[in-house]
Amino acid sequence: MPEALPPSLIFLLGALLVPFLRGRVRQGVALLVPVIGLVNYYLITKGVHWKVELLEFELILGRADSWSLIFLHVFTVLSFIGILYIIRENEPLDLAAGLLYAGSAMGVVMAGDLITLFFFWEVLTVGAVLCLLSRKTTASGNAAKRYLLVHVFGGVVLLAGLVIHLASGGGTAFDKIILSGPGPWLMFFGFGINCAWPLLGAWLTDTYPEASIGGVVFMATFTTKTAVYVLARTFPGEPVLIWIGVAMATIPIFYAVIENDLRRVLAYSLINQVGFMVVGVGLGTALSLNGTAAHAYCHILYKALLFMSIGSVIYRTGKSKATELGGLCRSMPLTCLFCCIGAASISAFPLFSGFVSKSMIMSSALGEGQVLVWLALLFASAGVFHHAGIKIPFFAFFSHDSGIRCKEAPLNQLLAMGIAAFLCIFVGTFPNAFLYPALPNLEVAYEPYTVAHVTDQLALLLFSALAFTLLMRAGLYPAEIRSTNLDADWIYRKGGPLFYRLADKGLNGLNAAVGRRFLGKVVPGVTNFFESGGPRFACLIMTPIWAIQRLSPEETDAARHSVFRRAKHGAFPIGITAFFAVILLGLLSLLMRF
Amino acid sequence: MATQQKSPTEIPTATVWFLKRENVRRILGGLFIACGGFVVLDVIFWLTGFDKHPYLKWEQWPGFYAVFGFVACVILVLISRFVLRPLVMRDEDYYDRNSPEEGGETDA
Repeated sequence: MPEALPPSLIFLLGALLVPFLRGRVRQGVALLVPVIGLVNYYLITKGVHWKVELLEFELILGRADSWSLIFLHVFTVLSFIGILYIIRENEPLDLAAGLLYAGSAMGVVMAGDLITLFFFWEVLTVGAVLCLLSRKTTASGNAAKRYLLVHVFGGVVLLAGLVIHLASGGGTAFDKIILSGPGPWLMFFGFGINCAWPLLGAWLTDTYPEASIGGVVFMATFTTKTAVYVLARTFPGEPVLIWIGVAMATIPIFYAVIENDLRRVLAYSLINQVGFMVVGVGLGTALSLNGTAAHAYCHILYKALLFMSIGSVIYRTGKSKATELGGLCRSMPLTCLFCCIGAASISAFPLFSGFVSKSMIMSSALGEGQVLVWLALLFASAGVFHHAGIKIPFFAFFSHDSGIRCKEAPLNQLLAMGIAAFLCIFVGTFPNAFLYPALPNLEVAYEPYTVAHVTDQLALLLFSALAFTLLMRAGLYPAEIRSTNLDADWIYRKGGPLFYRLADKGLNGLNAAVGRRFLGKVVPGVTNFFESGGPRFACLIMTPIWAIQRLSPEETDAARHSVFRRAKHGAFPIGITAFFAVILLGLLSLLMRF
Repeated sequence: MATQQKSPTEIPTATVWFLKRENVRRILGGLFIACGGFVVLDVIFWLTGFDKHPYLKWEQWPGFYAVFGFVACVILVLISRFVLRPLVMRDEDYYDRNSPEEGGETDA
């Protein structure tokens, strides 16, 4: 059997190669890379592979266990779907960005030490920025700058934590870390920025809707889910994560209800879903950690599917706002169907993927006696159906007729969505076929299809739908309004320019004031002092002598003038200079005695 | 990119089935019946003492999930509309104005 290669290597080499190819060859190679990646996945055996010595550190490029392999599997599958989705345009930059992004995410999940982790963590940001730039609009360019700003900051926080952790003897092991001391806390927050924690995660809803339609599929997959993976490795069972997760699962859904841009609605529901995973990490039980891994797996597929379906709408109509869309099920029936499958999956309908994964985390919360957490997550479950499950398909494909008549999405996009939709249903219907046996903690069994679970979940969802219908009919549902809703990104989007203006006015004002005061007054004063201070002093010494000589005021003036001029130009007769020199030497020799 | 303006006659009629007024009414009727059905089912479970293996006694109450789902969504929508929206909603071009970063002219 051939040896497996580091998956990140395959994808990064692919990303380097693709821009230099042309036409069909480029398309072929770009699609072949994830296929090779998938074959390679099955060749990887559990254990530690591919160690590299660097200085005094040992870098581990491949730690293959059930945690890393389940993430590697879904990343590989998704990269194929994502590349297929954008293959028609055959843009070298986009294809390379997708492969680079996937390769770096695989590098993170396969990393066996913190230094390798940090390296690939930084490459992730490059991939994301390229996905933003590939939209090629002013807005996406600006979004890319903001993305870079936030993630470079996050990277620096992580690096600072890492260096402190290493310096205080923490070692490079990428394993459970105790959350105490500045090193681990900084790393914790560094991970938290990529994980889109409350207040730290506004970059996500700010920038994702600006990415290219294919780029956002990769963005929605890799950055937050690698962060969840890393948190599950380093800080499992950290109680503070439970409440961070609850805040992530609940707060964004309020925003999602009033948001007009459908891709931004999806971005909010992405944070909501990642919140469930973070709660799972925080609970830290075998079942909840299984739930986190399973939910990450399912979430990646249905979130990509939802982003692709709205992406196809943008591809055909150029629009993504609820106010501009509606009634597209006439023109894009298949896209509509795939969108509904994604919506059913994220809403955790029985037979769809969310149903078999989310409930593990919720059951675990109850099992741990966290009733408040469970209630918050149940609220979030109803809410996610409300805004992602109903709102997305309803406003894009049903609702009022926007009058837009367009073609169905191109074949490659339909294929990509079809594969994702199939996997959503397959995983949801047969969780024991692949997903459950691949979970990290096999000692806990979980059965999602009990009568109680199915009926309770259906009751919850149907009554949420009922609430949506009645609120719509009563005119209480917030009308879609073209608007911007403030979030924590205000801090750097408005605060940044405000800081810039403050700094501009403040520092430049200070500069001007200093210029006037210092350069205008003090400097001439000092120059004047050094220029004419000596001669004045000389005149001052001479004045009593002139007084003794009883010179007339005119003669005194003439003498002062002469001394001043000579002193200024240093033009004294040699005798006087020699006299002073002798005195100086005498003083020096006197000083030497002591 | 956008290839629009296909005449409405070319559109297959099967896809517009659920947009017809009477069908919308049928779908809504189905939803109401399904909702009622689940409440009845829950009551039957309760009356027959069917064990749901609940972690909490609330889960055994008939209609707990139904009421929770409905109330949660109503609260969610009302808070979003009447609390959050007045607080955070700004004009669509809010960030494009006055920001030197995005090339606003007002600074000049």
